[in-house]
Amino acid sequence: MCKGFRIPIVALLLMACGGPQSMFETAGPDAARVIVLWWILFAICLFVTIAVIGVLLVASFRRRSEGELPVPDKKLGVAMGWGIGVTIVLLTVILTATFRSSDAYAEQGPVALTIDVVGKLWWWEVTYLGENGEPLFRTANEIHIPTGVPVRFRLRSDNVIHSFWVPSLAGKVDLLPGRTNYLRLAANKAGIYRGQCAEYCGIQHALMAFLVIAQLPEEFAEWMEAQQLPAREPKDEMTHRGKNVFLQAGCAKCHTVRGVAVAVEAGPDLTHLAPRHTLAAASLPNRRGHLGGWISDPQGIKPGNLMPATPLNSEDFQALLRYLENLQ
Amino acid sequence: MNTQTDDPVNHETLDCTWGNPFGLWGWFTIVNHKNIGIRYLVTAFIFFLGAGVLGVLMRVQLASPQNDFMGPDFFNQVFTVHGTVMMFLFAIPMVEGFAIYLVPLMIGTRDLCFPRLSAYSYYVFLIGGIALWISLFLGSAPDAGWFNYPTLALKEFSPSHRISVYATVISFIEVAALAAAVELIVTILKQRAPGMTLGRTSPFVWSILVAAIMIVFAMPGIVVASVMLAMDRLLETAFFQPALGGDVLLWQHLFWWFGHPEVYIIFLPATGIVSTIIPVFCGRPLFGYTAVVVAIISTGVISFGLWVHHMFATGLPTQADGFFAAASGLVALPTGIQFFAWLATIWGGRPVFKTPFLFCFGFISLFLIGGLTGVMVASIPFDLQVHDSYFVVAHFHYVLIGGVVFPIFGGIYYWWPKFTGRMLSERLGKLNFWMMFIGFNVAFFPMHNLGFRGMPRRIYTYLPDLGWDILNQLSTWGTYLLALGVLVLLINIVWSLRRGRPSGDNPWNADTLEWMTTSPPANYNFAEVPRITSLNPVWKDGPHPAPGVRGLREDAREIIITTSVEAEPQAVVELPGPSIWPFILAVISSIAFIGSIFSPWWYVAGFCGGLMAAACWFWPIKSTVSGKVER
Repeated sequence: MCKGFRIPIVALLLMACGGPQSMFETAGPDAARVIVLWWILFAICLFVTIAVIGVLLVASFRRRSEGELPVPDKKLGVAMGWGIGVTIVLLTVILTATFRSSDAYAEQGPVALTIDVVGKLWWWEVTYLGENGEPLFRTANEIHIPTGVPVRFRLRSDNVIHSFWVPSLAGKVDLLPGRTNYLRLAANKAGIYRGQCAEYCGIQHALMAFLVIAQLPEEFAEWMEAQQLPAREPKDEMTHRGKNVFLQAGCAKCHTVRGVAVAVEAGPDLTHLAPRHTLAAASLPNRRGHLGGWISDPQGIKPGNLMPATPLNSEDFQALLRYLENLQ
Repeated sequence: MNTQTDDPVNHETLDCTWGNPFGLWGWFTIVNHKNIGIRYLVTAFIFFLGAGVLGVLMRVQLASPQNDFMGPDFFNQVFTVHGTVMMFLFAIPMVEGFAIYLVPLMIGTRDLCFPRLSAYSYYVFLIGGIALWISLFLGSAPDAGWFNYPTLALKEFSPSHRISVYATVISFIEVAALAAAVELIVTILKQRAPGMTLGRTSPFVWSILVAAIMIVFAMPGIVVASVMLAMDRLLETAFFQPALGGDVLLWQHLFWWFGHPEVYIIFLPATGIVSTIIPVFCGRPLFGYTAVVVAIISTGVISFGLWVHHMFATGLPTQADGFFAAASGLVALPTGIQFFAWLATIWGGRPVFKTPFLFCFGFISLFLIGGLTGVMVASIPFDLQVHDSYFVVAHFHYVLIGGVVFPIFGGIYYWWPKFTGRMLSERLGKLNFWMMFIGFNVAFFPMHNLGFRGMPRRIYTYLPDLGWDILNQLSTWGTYLLALGVLVLLINIVWSLRRGRPSGDNPWNADTLEWMTTSPPANYNFAEVPRITSLNPVWKDGPHPAPGVRGLREDAREIIITTSVEAEPQAVVELPGPSIWPFILAVISSIAFIGSIFSPWWYVAGFCGGLMAAACWFWPIKSTVSGKVER
């Protein structure tokens, strides 16, 4: 019978909510504000839970003497009146807290940077925009932002609905085909924050993740600069062979490497693949073994994704890996 | 008082008049509400078990990271079918089953007002349900989630027949639910026993009335949406295709216009069950009857103003969001009123912890949590974090299992003697409750935390090192216990059917009218109905009070029609009897619906065939002249 009592206690025990994708590991003011709101909601709801379960238990198990007169309806009515009164007060508090918090959310102001994010099947295309909205360069599945300044994401989709969610930084916003949404946020701590598609988008919805990497402004500026350069030219013979494999084995049909091949944007831009932390929309670490596995058996790793397997002889394969690793 | 010694009613003639035809052919012609109600309940419950198995399969897959128990293609079908079956083929039909069986008994009439329509509604539901399950076994089940958002659901991204199966099954359920709703509304408003004013109508009947009216208003949203979707897929109309001027949010508005009230359509009857059971086991009338009825009605009204809280992340204007957030908070108030009424009733009574009451007890504590997390997700900034995460999965399972399945189980234990004349085992019942209660909490409480840790819903797998492993494993173990708990009910049912103790007519000493007749009731429900003078007729007038109205023919299916508010006798109407045409019309409608997956011409064929079958159905029968009402 005490299960009802135990629930809030379990709630407290389970309240340790860490992890790389946790909304409680806040790294910016927007996510932090939600946690403040959460504690208000939690305190009120905990109070209500304890009160209602308490009354339920007392009502069920209070001692009743044999000849006890029935409780007069008037008394029950007064108790009910109090209950309704308290409910109204608590709801008012919740709504007030909600609206104050969401007003802050809707606040618009100048931003340091606008980043265009397009949800793809099943990865993220990221384009950095210049001051006049012109595209500077394109990358995928890894978004770098400077710390301490608000940045703005322009969120779009040209296929199905996705949702952009980096719990440590802000709540989610949908990417809707035919519409454009914006999300303004700021990171106040440097670090790597994992995000994931939150709207079911088909067969590989589960493995459509990405990283947001918040860097100190000077590091970020360096990164921006490096990203705008075209791909590094092969230096040795093996890498050169790898480049030819890339061009001839079919990779270049879908993947752009700036200065080498321009594809019709079917797959992620690989111009600066090597420094990225992950592969396949943050599903694999970017290491040689995983890269090789991904190229030779993408359907085994993410069944149903749009990348076909590329059969290569082992020398070509090694050369291709070398070339891709060279794309600093 | 009735002092006549010789019974004025000829039970044999009456039984014969209201009796069912025999044989296999006869089975398809039965229209009696008790048979249809039981069929609804049994079918919906079997669908519940099937969808429950799918739920367990999902938990097996998610028990550990990168599990390969199921591939994404199958997993996506499994969760879509799980949700679709639970919402469309279990929850609505289950409460409708209770309503179809119980409402005529609770209001003191002999059958529903359109008996053939209920038969038709059942067959449509049955065929639609079976079609969905077959599609799963053929590996061609819908896989875009139970709310099936375009553009994922359009032909471009879902070229196979899977989504057409979804649109078709939804059409079946719309037809079945609308037919049942219309019938329940008219029956409740026009067939209450003389003297059963609206103010003496039990909360369960009220909740069914409100839910049925809600079905009539909510269903058109999904009717329009699913027809548009079918047309987009079949005829390329592009309602939801942005590239051609359509809008993806149109679907979401139409779907949730239906989808949010839908939750209350199944939740309100569940509260009706609770409001029926609690007074009986506390030995006192429900405290705050009027407040409860007002709460039921206002919940029904407010629930139509909440749908956008499913769409906070779509980027609608803040002001619009604010309105819906406020309405979503507001709906907690009438629900709170119902809670206080139940608590006051328990406080003022002497609760006896029999299984039905235990399930209500579980309902109060579980739905409390589901309701409170519901208030939380109405809070826009918080919702934007937890929306579409496992927090929401936890929330709506607390609402739907805690708030609907627990009362339904309570209702099964409570009305089982009425259905069968036998008792279910109390000992197994208690075991059943505790296994489900503990299993449920172990399975679903950790999901709140998984949502905080960033786990989105509808993922077939996840990577290790995200801090999700242990909680997922815990949840899976809880699911096993929950499933075993459900199994105990099945054992209990089999045991009761074989050697359950005979229950007598009113084993719980209950107050509502259905307990004034035999258990199980005769074909004609009541030989005579007294004039109703209170909300608790059995407690007030005893089990065999004097009849209130006489003069109905025994050799024709006659019922009394009363006024809507005061329930004064108004007319006598003869109901139609058994007929094969509802079944045939259902088969023809089904062929049209299923055919439309493949070609729009099946609609045309179905329309013509349906017209002919309907003509046969409504072919005038020689009617007997109605008798007069005698007080």
